[in-house]
Amino acid sequence: MPPEPPARPAAGGGRSSRLLKLLFFTLVVRPVVLVVLGLNVRRRERLRTPGPAIVVANHNSHLDTLVLMTLFPLRQLAEVRPVAAADYFLSKRWLAWFALEVIGIVPLSRTVRAGDADPLAECVRHLGDGGILILYPEGSRGDPERLAAFQGGVAHLARRCPEVPVVPVFLHGAGKSLPRGEALLVPFICDVFVGESLVWAGDRRAFMTGLDGAIRALAAEGGFPPWE
Amino acid sequence: MIAAHLPATVLWALAGVFGILIVASGLVALLVRAQPEKDHTELRQRIRSWWVIIGVFSAAFLLSHTASLVLLAFVSFLALKEYFSLIPSRRADRRVMFWAYLAIPVQYYWVGSAWYGMFIIFIPVYMFLLLPLRMVIAGEVQGFLRAAGVLHWGLMVTVFSISHMAFLLVLPAAGNPGAGGAGLLLYLLFLTQFNDVAQYVWGRRFGRRKVVPSVSPNKTLEGLLGGVATTAVLAVALAPWLTPFDPLTAAIAGLAIGAAGFAGDVTISAVKRDLGVKDSGSLLPGHGGILDRIDSLTFTAPLFFHFVWYAYY
Repeated sequence: MPPEPPARPAAGGGRSSRLLKLLFFTLVVRPVVLVVLGLNVRRRERLRTPGPAIVVANHNSHLDTLVLMTLFPLRQLAEVRPVAAADYFLSKRWLAWFALEVIGIVPLSRTVRAGDADPLAECVRHLGDGGILILYPEGSRGDPERLAAFQGGVAHLARRCPEVPVVPVFLHGAGKSLPRGEALLVPFICDVFVGESLVWAGDRRAFMTGLDGAIRALAAEGGFPPWE
Repeated sequence: MIAAHLPATVLWALAGVFGILIVASGLVALLVRAQPEKDHTELRQRIRSWWVIIGVFSAAFLLSHTASLVLLAFVSFLALKEYFSLIPSRRADRRVMFWAYLAIPVQYYWVGSAWYGMFIIFIPVYMFLLLPLRMVIAGEVQGFLRAAGVLHWGLMVTVFSISHMAFLLVLPAAGNPGAGGAGLLLYLLFLTQFNDVAQYVWGRRFGRRKVVPSVSPNKTLEGLLGGVATTAVLAVALAPWLTPFDPLTAAIAGLAIGAAGFAGDVTISAVKRDLGVKDSGSLLPGHGGILDRIDSLTFTAPLFFHFVWYAYY
């Protein structure tokens, strides 16, 4: 049974954790993402939305979040928060501290039962504050560099925030650098293809089909060789 | 004092390179003004990238030989990473690639300590033996031979070849009393890059007969011969300042750089064609990736180095 998210300060954390976050991203994340990996970004300007946004990407590596957060300027860092599985990231004390205080995740319960509190409440609140959410509808990192079926949670969120643009992003390379189950980082250039933003038009199935199609179209753009 | 390790002739040559860059920037600006209806984005990006490349290289060059070695090691890293990101690879090769990356600091350490014997065999012999051994430990036999070949080839091109430029810097001053190893490196770099431009210009102006149509359809015999001849002339003209060469030796060096530059260029073109990509990356706007820029050097560096080594050291 997944543990309950512990009580914690409001989104963004205190001043000290904001400084910690800034230091971590300036001194560790950016050098790793920009120098050790290296990015090849197509159409970055599509991420420069004036207000809130939901960035939706395929997910193969812990590096995905660091890559996506690097695409935003440092002054925007506090506004960009990845939605992450509560059962995984809050399972250990130090990991929970790191995920909440340094990365600034929005924890999400992957198993929802009747009677539970609204699982998307914090996501909706963050978007309401004009923030940016990073979401991985595949649900887990899965097999390296393979696209799994999307879960419908993103549609619930889009339905509740219909005015917020959903920006599809396809990532390739980070899953080779640090796939699930590996602790050794091996440098590969990370490709980041940004698609045109979608908005909720009232139909769940149409939304999911559109999102899935957008990511697959971006993936096809790269013509990447298979990776076994 | 900064740059005290560089002979005056080398500093003048470096100033000359910046002079050419300023003139080229001015010409591009005039061209943009003369033809405002045309799209000059790529040309302007190309010049801007040249400023970055030459700026970074000069800064390291002026700082110290160690800084230059570190920069060249970093160039090898960027090129190897680009190569590894392009080739089809197997999950089992991840750890093998990590070992290949580790070969970079080791190879440049041999260069830094001027240990020629180790420098010259480390990648062709020891890494050649070590990588397959690491692959055997990983245990994946499907695609074994192809992976062993592809990984080692990348290491040879991006690390072994490029490290020859670095070894020029640690050659004893006695071999080239005027300008030292730094002069030889500048001579090689300048002639190789000049040769690329000269072949392009001759090809555009007079090109008729294709040389390697299946690999690089824009390459012509006229471009090749015109470029090589121009490079040889320039090699003779620059030799008294930067090298110990007499005119005949300089002409041979120029011809070798011109021909090897062409060979390196079309070899990397063939690799890109095989992999189905136009550019090797996007690191240098207007040029493509780093491999697109150093393609000729992967061939000219070892050839020029061994020419000098045999004749003067």
